[in-house]
Amino acid sequence: MSDNEVAPLETAFGVDHHVTTAEAPERPAHEGGPEMVQLLSPEGERVPNAELDALVDELSDEALRGLYRDLVLVRRFDAEATALQRQGELGLWASLLGQEAAQVGSGRAMRRQDYAFPTYREHGVAWTRGVDPVNLLGMFRGVNHGGWDPNEKNFHLYTIIIGAQTLHATGYAMGVQRDGDVGTGDERRDTAVIAYFGDGATSQGDVSEALVFAGVNNSPVVFFCQNNQWAISEPNEKQTRAPLWHRARGFGFPGIRVDGNDVLAVWAVTKQALDAARSGQGPTFVEAFTYRMGAHTTSDDPTKYRVSAEVEVWKHRDPIERYKRWLTTTGKGDADFFDAVDAEADELGTSVRERCLAMPDPQPSEMFDHVYATEHPVTAREKEWFAGYHASFEEEGAR
Amino acid sequence: MSTTTIAKGITSGLRAAMEKDPKVVLMGEDIGKLGGVFRVTEGLQKDFGEDRVIDTPLAEAGIMGTAIGMALRGYRPVVEIQFDGFVYPAFDHIVSQVAKLHARSLGYVKMPLVIRIPFGGGIGAVEHHSESNETYFAHTAGLRVVACSNPHDAHWMIQQAIESDDPVVFYEPKRRYWDKGEVGDGPDGALGSARVLREGTDLTLLAYGPMVKTCLQAAQAAQEEGRSLEVVDLRSLSPLDEGAILASARKTGRVVVVHEASTFLGIGAEISAMVTERAFYELEAPVLRVGGYNVPYPPSRLEEEFLPDLDRVLDAVDRSLAY
Repeated sequence: MSDNEVAPLETAFGVDHHVTTAEAPERPAHEGGPEMVQLLSPEGERVPNAELDALVDELSDEALRGLYRDLVLVRRFDAEATALQRQGELGLWASLLGQEAAQVGSGRAMRRQDYAFPTYREHGVAWTRGVDPVNLLGMFRGVNHGGWDPNEKNFHLYTIIIGAQTLHATGYAMGVQRDGDVGTGDERRDTAVIAYFGDGATSQGDVSEALVFAGVNNSPVVFFCQNNQWAISEPNEKQTRAPLWHRARGFGFPGIRVDGNDVLAVWAVTKQALDAARSGQGPTFVEAFTYRMGAHTTSDDPTKYRVSAEVEVWKHRDPIERYKRWLTTTGKGDADFFDAVDAEADELGTSVRERCLAMPDPQPSEMFDHVYATEHPVTAREKEWFAGYHASFEEEGAR
Repeated sequence: MSTTTIAKGITSGLRAAMEKDPKVVLMGEDIGKLGGVFRVTEGLQKDFGEDRVIDTPLAEAGIMGTAIGMALRGYRPVVEIQFDGFVYPAFDHIVSQVAKLHARSLGYVKMPLVIRIPFGGGIGAVEHHSESNETYFAHTAGLRVVACSNPHDAHWMIQQAIESDDPVVFYEPKRRYWDKGEVGDGPDGALGSARVLREGTDLTLLAYGPMVKTCLQAAQAAQEEGRSLEVVDLRSLSPLDEGAILASARKTGRVVVVHEASTFLGIGAEISAMVTERAFYELEAPVLRVGGYNVPYPPSRLEEEFLPDLDRVLDAVDRSLAY
């Protein structure tokens, strides 16, 4: 026996881990709770908010109608993509159904020079950045792995590795700081970055590391977490014990929970966060409390793990319906306007379908292109061999 | 022409790159005031400031992920991974993002970043400080992988790596950091090229990083027994300089590849296959490999048994010449 053997501490001091463990979360997972910022109730009634009302009041009726148009068009695009998948034209689709307000509201809070780092479900954000929606279909159709120029609309390629893009966003924001594009007071220069991710991603180490790096560098980045309650089949309570927006505090910056199905609240809260970032006040964590109305992707079957009653509850909180009610009761939108948007949505659906079907398959040899910025001898040699191999069949056929 | 060490050759190369291009930034753990645990970045934060020589939080995935973001913003980050065995938390970002972004974006996005990794054993270190993990990266399309073996290449190759528009994993032979040598006025060939360090006619020794010195010693010892060995410093593992390798293999007809990494699926395996496929009729003997065993890097009291040394190289030379 060695002379440094230690007596069990719990015997000596009566420590019982189970007694000191924190209490379980006090509210059901699917309620945002009183701290959730909401400007429009599910019934479409305006909820006063001393801090945010002035911001919303600045929006013109045209801008308000624009948000509605965005919501409807984005949903229509998404529905068309789901249909295209069902008909075998896309290999997979990750629907944003139910999350339109979270994406449109946050996307429309950005300025031209801001930069967004999406997951693979940010079709609504892409829309607000001016990305051609057909570009989003390429990777799901299997003709490319992204393929758009991220710097054209300041919208990075979709990132499939969960949470990785939060670090890319933070690094980009660190670059923005080094360029001196923070806190100058110049509206066209000061730049913020927004990182999109979901509730499941918050379990990834990358996201915690991004929060660390952004915190210690006071970087101009907004962490926009769409808590859609489900990470494929795993509910929130499998990912987190504390409300997600509480997390920010441990990293030294503010966190806020907003009703993710309320486009006005999302817009106002994100705008405040982006403004703070641009002015040099550092990061903010925004938890947009929302719901994934559809499956995780078209390959998923949510009936295996969640009950329809839950989906019914969230149907009642639909982001488009409540906004339409509010526009109607306030007289900002009338039947002609709503009909025109519906017609435009149908046109969008038709054009997306046509352009999806017209999307050419890549040439086989294209897989060798762009692997390196400057030629790599192995890849170049293999490309040449591949061309010769294919040509040999053509010669055979000609004989 | 000046005399310096490998470590200081890298330092002066980094300094030159930073003076030339204000977008070059260094990122890593303890690289600022401390100058890195091997002092490779010594003095650079003092001269270039904390914005360009960034002491990062202790998180390799975070370093690599934020370096990607910096590169997307137009910077040329040079990331220091403190030790070879610490690169794995960053592995996902390197293979899933760094290596693929250029192709995924159809060429719109470039990833001109450098990942510096001190590698290899022989320093009596504890676990995770002596690994040779270059195969993982050389096996990943989209990355370039190089290793320097002397102060001249240290100084010039790091600058070439920084100038590359492709991501480069830059391996530094940590047990040779303090070996001295001359630094000439310009690089010896492009990044990606091998270099014949010693001409010979009987057999070719191929090596990179720390094993180059071992092979030069082996060639010297063999010469005393009347054998003429050619020593080629591969310098680049992806791409391999196939032309230089095949030229030497055809000239001598016998090839021995030497590296610290395990021979199983190591760089030597690829070279052996490549030489056999393309110079089969010019070979006098099968390509032989000398390397680490298929075991985790052993405790330091055993590392001399694990690492290829002069005797093991000469043993392989004897076996090759016996054919």
